[in-house]
Amino acid sequence: MSTKTESAVLERNAGAGLTLVERLDKLYEYDREPVNESKLYGWRTFIAMFLGEHIAGTEFVIGTLLVMHGVTAADVFGGLAVGNLLAVLSWTFMCAPIAVKERLTIYWQIRKIAGPYLTVLYSGLFALILCLMAGSMVNVSTTAVTLPMGIDSPNYAVGQTVPSIPWIVIAVGVGTVIGVIAVLGFERMAHFAKVVGPWMPFVFVAGAVASLPSLGVTGLDNFWQIANEKIWTGIPRAGQMHYGFWHCAGLAWLCNIAQHMGMGDVTIFRYARKWQMGVCSAFGMFLGHYVAWICSGILCAAFVYTQTAAGVADPNPTPGNIAMFGAGFAGIVCVLLAGWTTANPTLYRAGLAFQIATPNWSRWVMTLVAGILMVVTACIPAVLHYLDRIVAYYGLFFMPLGAFIFIDFWLFPRLGLARNYAQRRGLLLSWPAAVGWFGSFGICFLLYAKDQYASMAWINSGLPSFLANYKADLFLQVLPAWLIAVVLYTVCSLIQQWFNPIAREQSK
Amino acid sequence: MTSQARNTLKAISFAGLVLSVVPAFLFFGGVLSKQIYLHLMTAGMLMWFGSAIFWVRKDDL
Repeated sequence: MSTKTESAVLERNAGAGLTLVERLDKLYEYDREPVNESKLYGWRTFIAMFLGEHIAGTEFVIGTLLVMHGVTAADVFGGLAVGNLLAVLSWTFMCAPIAVKERLTIYWQIRKIAGPYLTVLYSGLFALILCLMAGSMVNVSTTAVTLPMGIDSPNYAVGQTVPSIPWIVIAVGVGTVIGVIAVLGFERMAHFAKVVGPWMPFVFVAGAVASLPSLGVTGLDNFWQIANEKIWTGIPRAGQMHYGFWHCAGLAWLCNIAQHMGMGDVTIFRYARKWQMGVCSAFGMFLGHYVAWICSGILCAAFVYTQTAAGVADPNPTPGNIAMFGAGFAGIVCVLLAGWTTANPTLYRAGLAFQIATPNWSRWVMTLVAGILMVVTACIPAVLHYLDRIVAYYGLFFMPLGAFIFIDFWLFPRLGLARNYAQRRGLLLSWPAAVGWFGSFGICFLLYAKDQYASMAWINSGLPSFLANYKADLFLQVLPAWLIAVVLYTVCSLIQQWFNPIAREQSK
Repeated sequence: MTSQARNTLKAISFAGLVLSVVPAFLFFGGVLSKQIYLHLMTAGMLMWFGSAIFWVRKDDL
């Protein structure tokens, strides 16, 4: 549904005295019916969409983080290839086929199997994480604005946990502009974002290629050697965890898991003519999360190497600094726009989601609230420093509901279970979905936290030895999380439907 | 917009994209100085945004 329609529905419902669930349903009322055949899109639309959505300001951060975490060149080139391939396969074989057969939004799919209460909770929590992501994008854009003004961005790695006052003022300014545009001119901004999309990959590649001579690369013959010696050295920076091949693969697979295995993009692919169009995700993954991450890694290493050689004690590879170093003012504009154009729709969606969860407050008020959260987040340097971890938590938390959609669609008919049980029974909350969702995330979090946080080390003493010795990392939890979610949901559904079955003819 | 104007704008846009990446390889190969490379990048950016905004269509997806 277009944003105009969403706004119209919301305004119409304002003050109507509807319950939270009823208002949420109203927002999506035009998506209740499957998409009409006449409104389907072809390959080019999906290629453009994935290119625009997955080449964002945060790519400047993730590539840099991989360098900081001490990966090797083989880890980056091989691990990211494997992870992005898995992501494309997940979109193509898990998300797109269900989207094309059902042609419904994620909202209605979750609503049918998990009930309205869990759907509201999903929407509210998703809005919060959207504010966090928008904040990280504002932070990226702010580094581009402050650089020409001579204002230093905070360097979290050397203990600068709070930005300077001038930096905060600029961040508030950038966030305010984004917030005002999200309220007033979203459609024009969406068009501008589409214009920016094709240009950005060129700037990433150009900046990286032009940075190579500063590292001593003279051609393909010595690229690999220097890549291992000066870019992806295999040695983490002080205070950073050591990442390897599977961390790279896990990050590339996990960072958009809410969209593919988590089924968030059924909302997009329901407009696809064929399920095979899921392959279009390869353009976003391999240009955005492969080429762009590698390029930003090169930019980061070249910047740090050059600054260190010039006698700077603690070089600060912010997106603004590395882009200016590699591509000059075009790089600065790229960072500014990459953060801005992706923060804007993110903030808009967060405002809409918040509006649903409040007693008929107007959209501009809720977008303002989302904007304040966004600006506060932008002023916390730790958010960019731990962006990979935040993205991993985000993926693991929102993925299980998509796993339920997948199992409900493919496995339940084979097990003789009724599909869309919550909807058919008129349940407000599906307890198998709640157990599967929170159980999966809770178990995976505890397995990770027991070795990461001293306060949770006691968990090991109560576990069987094979689990106590299992050193889980967030990025290696994709498959365990999915399997735990699926097993819990299926077993609980078997129990639920055993005691309260739907008649065979009704099930059909 | 006439198709001729549209094609002209597209040509300027694609030239802008070329200017946004080729100079980097020329700088890498030692053909251009860094200063000229950066100027050409800025020119490519201006050409792309100055023309693409008029012909890149928005869709409702």
